[in-house]
Amino acid sequence: MINIKKSGEPLFHISKRQELAKWKRILFTLAAVALSLIIGAVFCGIVSGNNPVYFFKHLFDGVFKTKRRFWTALRDMALLLGVAMALLPAFKMKFWNLGGNGQILMGALGTIICMKFLGGKMPDAVVNILMILTSIAAGIIWALIPALFKAFFKTNETLFTLMMNYIAVGIVSYFITKYSNSGSNNILPINKANLPVIGNEYLLTIIVVAVITLFMIFYFKFSKHGYEVSVVGESENTARYIGVSVKKVIIRTMALSGAICGIIGLLLVGSIDKTITVSTANNMGFTAIMVAWLANLNPVTMIIAALFITFVDKGMSTVRMQFSLTNNATTNIVLGFIYFFVIAVQFFIAYKINFSKKVVPGSKKSVKVAKNKKENAEHIGEDK
Amino acid sequence: MNEEIIREKNKEVAVRFENIGKTFFGTVVANKGVSFDLYKGEVLAVLGENGSGKTTLMNMLAGIYYPDEGQIYVGGKPVAIKTPKDAHALHIGMVHQHFKLVDIFTALQNIMLGLDKNKKFNAKKVRNEVQEICSRYGFEIDLNKKIYDMSVSEKQTLEIVKVLYCGADILILDEPTAVLTPQETDRLFGVIRNMRADGKSIIIITHKLAEVLEISDRVAILRKGEYVGAIETKDANQNILTEMMVGKKVELKIDRPKTEVKQPLLEIRNLGVKSDDGTLAIKDVSFYIRSGEILGVAGITGCGQKELCEAIAGLRPVVTGVITHKGENIIGLPPKTIIEKGISMSFIPEDRLGMGLCPSFSITDNMMLKTYDKSKFSLKNHAITDKDGKAVCFFKKVANGTASVINKLPCPFVDRKDARKRSVDLIKKLEIVTPSSETPVRRLSGGNVQKVLVGREIESSPNVIVTAYPVRGLDVNSAYAIYDILNEQKVKGTGILFVGEDLDVMLALCDKIMVLCHGKNMGIVHANKVTKEQLGLMMTGSLDLTEVKKEKNYGIAKDSNLTEVEWENAEKAAKEAKERGND
Repeated sequence: MINIKKSGEPLFHISKRQELAKWKRILFTLAAVALSLIIGAVFCGIVSGNNPVYFFKHLFDGVFKTKRRFWTALRDMALLLGVAMALLPAFKMKFWNLGGNGQILMGALGTIICMKFLGGKMPDAVVNILMILTSIAAGIIWALIPALFKAFFKTNETLFTLMMNYIAVGIVSYFITKYSNSGSNNILPINKANLPVIGNEYLLTIIVVAVITLFMIFYFKFSKHGYEVSVVGESENTARYIGVSVKKVIIRTMALSGAICGIIGLLLVGSIDKTITVSTANNMGFTAIMVAWLANLNPVTMIIAALFITFVDKGMSTVRMQFSLTNNATTNIVLGFIYFFVIAVQFFIAYKINFSKKVVPGSKKSVKVAKNKKENAEHIGEDK
Repeated sequence: MNEEIIREKNKEVAVRFENIGKTFFGTVVANKGVSFDLYKGEVLAVLGENGSGKTTLMNMLAGIYYPDEGQIYVGGKPVAIKTPKDAHALHIGMVHQHFKLVDIFTALQNIMLGLDKNKKFNAKKVRNEVQEICSRYGFEIDLNKKIYDMSVSEKQTLEIVKVLYCGADILILDEPTAVLTPQETDRLFGVIRNMRADGKSIIIITHKLAEVLEISDRVAILRKGEYVGAIETKDANQNILTEMMVGKKVELKIDRPKTEVKQPLLEIRNLGVKSDDGTLAIKDVSFYIRSGEILGVAGITGCGQKELCEAIAGLRPVVTGVITHKGENIIGLPPKTIIEKGISMSFIPEDRLGMGLCPSFSITDNMMLKTYDKSKFSLKNHAITDKDGKAVCFFKKVANGTASVINKLPCPFVDRKDARKRSVDLIKKLEIVTPSSETPVRRLSGGNVQKVLVGREIESSPNVIVTAYPVRGLDVNSAYAIYDILNEQKVKGTGILFVGEDLDVMLALCDKIMVLCHGKNMGIVHANKVTKEQLGLMMTGSLDLTEVKKEKNYGIAKDSNLTEVEWENAEKAAKEAKERGND
């Protein structure tokens, strides 16, 4: 018989935890965010040769120093949240809509066409209504194309929606080349038939997104349609069994998703930029995916996630200015730290690492193990 | 010193478990302080309910898990079994519930896969050695047969041969009889006895009491992860074992209440249904269910049970034949309409959560699944009393008028309040163990998940219940609770189609049993006039009553709701409808 040495015991093993209490999960996540910001600060300090402590000051200045900065941040957060809300129903259905950018761009295109060709020729109110209708219709069409293929031919929606983005960019750049103002390659801002200004120039966007957010919270909490979306996402077999038409739900939900993206495009062109470029969507179709997932598809938490990501984004532009970091990538690197830590902490929320308990008594390790044991005991006590 | 201790002293210990503990999910204790011995040359049955930690314990012996606490001794020496390879080196072999074979290889190739890859091997030599093992223990196996051509029993035999060829002295068989017919079980037991005579130690994991009593020398019992004790099989009987297993006395009796025989509710003729891969899973099957009777469906797993259930529920297109409910054809109707007619299906797949429940939904939300679209506005009517002034009276009238209009409109909202009330009732009635009605069902234990599913189906007071494996993976108490629920429904006049696994249970519970073999109906027998052996023969296809007793016209009700002419017309209509659909 072969003798296997006792010392061959594994050092640690990973086991699944029981679901942690809510406040503990929040604490874990906050700790991860704090840690990632500290690492971001140190990183920026090192590459620019500045004191990392100022990083936090500049970060806050970026959003809170002037009234204008604060409002801009709030508006951009609203836009991002709006896109995330658009993606939410699709994601709840496990339909991976990566085509947010394209859907926003098409909505934007619809708006600019109305503004350019009808603005001034009709009363502003009529043009505004037409802008709303075309932008929503354009967003819906762009979302419906992959949805129909998915529903009837079971095509892969991930690639399909992704590719639709590039087509949208192509169409917009064609439009820009064809109708650009002479002498430039851009369409100059159009000041006819803009959306009405409520209070200040930022408030309209914020109000519209607030309404969309409330609608979404309500939609998933109380409506039959929202319930059907969740059922399809959970199990298509179950959905079929209770008589939900999966096709219908896919098509309806993607239309909703596209419509909200269209509205974001409308706001971007009709109220904010007043012109269109190929990067009007500002990649929000992808950033919003992070917002939705960081919040675990919970619409209320998504507000916090959008706030935070916008805060870091805006703050970083000030940090870069003050630290004279010209490289645009630093913002992305710091955001990357945050995403990484927040996602990594999910592992520690779901699993725990058990270190082998059999160690030589009196050694450093054994003290640690004893401490761990004590913590574990406390931990179990808390759970109860 | 009593006799037992003396005898134990004479026996050599093959494996000793000492204080073994294993915890999952942080707090779920799979095993705790388990200590017992396995002797050389004995058959030890490890008995316990589902979730009592039998398989976990054995997986630790086989090197799949590593114990958190305690020590395993093999042949008197302490060992650390970290991987299946370590177990192999210690001559421990495990045959898992789910076979681990390469489908496109032959039996011999699969055996050779397990050999040391650093050594040269000679196929001819291996073949001779394997054949020698087969003849020594009485295995019947064709070494050139490909796995995909093999029956479940053949695959199992191969797994055992493979383990033996790798030199195992200690064999662990995890629920070996779960997939076998009674005849195949007998053959397996013969082989096990031969291996015991050869000095091998065998551990059988099972929860079937009759088999434990038949094959084992000793029984070790686990309850909730802890070792309860061991008992010599000759001193044991079913009641003692159950009591040790469950921890209290359990009445092991399944009632078969007598009910009035009524006209057939659901009649099925010449049904043909395709499986997912396009082959015919159900071939020309005819049967009927009367109200107030339980019709059992027996058969080896994968003989078309799933397809049959799905066809009745309207989830799977029917190729040929007719399904009528109270004389009306239901083929081609959408699932929703079929549910509304009172036909309920609860199919418990192997993973339990596949169909009928949404795992991360709360119990309340799962309760709503079938009824969510029925919700209506229910604005209250304000009673007008004499005390009301003119103005109040007027406003109340207006409010009532608007309310009555709104109440007629389609309601876009779900009624969670009502669902919550129903789920709280269900939790109370079926004693579902859950923190609250808002707990996601995936966090409930298997038995409680099944209670939610079966409870919801019954709550909608159906007239036909199609239920497949409703007690799969349940502990004894929960299983009997489910049988009681089904009997209660039967007395109420519901017709029940019960697709089951355990023949003993089906013989006790069902009024009639239909046996399926490869999708073909082998005959329908009265449960009180048939033996387990007979059912076993029918399950393997060696006995086909529909051929033997042609004149009996199995599955055709004499007092059918339709006349023969009407049946023919229905069949024709169904066929035409299908052709139209194809165009």
